[in-house]
Amino acid sequence: MTASSPEFVPGPKIKEPRIRSGRVRPGAEQWSWRFMRISGPILVILILTHLFINLMTGDGVNQIDFAFVAGKLASPLWQVWDLTMLVLAMLHGGNGMRLLINDYAHTPWLNKLLHGALGVAVIGIIVLGSLVIFTFDPCPAGADPSLLPSFCKDLA
Amino acid sequence: MWMWVVHRVTGVAIFFFLLVHVLDTALVRVSPEAYNEVIGSYKTPIYGLVEAGLVAAILLHAFNGLRIIAVDRSTWALRHQKQLVWAVWIVFAVLMAGFLPRHLMHVFGGA
Repeated sequence: MTASSPEFVPGPKIKEPRIRSGRVRPGAEQWSWRFMRISGPILVILILTHLFINLMTGDGVNQIDFAFVAGKLASPLWQVWDLTMLVLAMLHGGNGMRLLINDYAHTPWLNKLLHGALGVAVIGIIVLGSLVIFTFDPCPAGADPSLLPSFCKDLA
Repeated sequence: MWMWVVHRVTGVAIFFFLLVHVLDTALVRVSPEAYNEVIGSYKTPIYGLVEAGLVAAILLHAFNGLRIIAVDRSTWALRHQKQLVWAVWIVFAVLMAGFLPRHLMHVFGGA
């Protein structure tokens, strides 16, 4: 059977998890499985490029300071890049951690507690990161000009 | 089996780094001084080595993940999955050979 034949349903046949009422969420695990397969390769491209630009070009890790990050985040390309990376990476990593919690935390209260903590961490980090990207000012008023990207001089 | 362990361990490591990494980058919203001070610690020898380990974890997780997708999607990849494990390690070794000397020079050589 090939992936293109109509009766092929991708993903392992995992027993559907039950929600509290006892009903099952149809297809939830299969969507989780699909999301990992789709976000994975996108993240490979986004993150390897991110690492190459930040650690291999120029002075590598030594070049990273406020002026470097501000220079990048001033461009719409890197705003979209970083936002996509943030959301996909947190959801991909969060979903992976959810699977690990289900594999190892069998005590019901512990399982629930870890899932709760994970949800708070994932949503909190996505909200915080998005706020930073959308409200960032590369040339904050009153800051030491020597710490800012060079284009801030032209704006002053 | 071992690649399954590698995938889990690297995945968890990357996840926790990601939490810290978004928090430290969020300091750009506080002040240039605050960000520069915290990011300065990433340039110390110990963090330089941790970063090298992190890049290694990301490369292994990335290419092993692509192998998992290939093995699920194609019977050719399924039949050659042992060789594909070797391919993951070879790609990993080649990329690390390109990255490590340059990164270690940045961290230790003051370059």
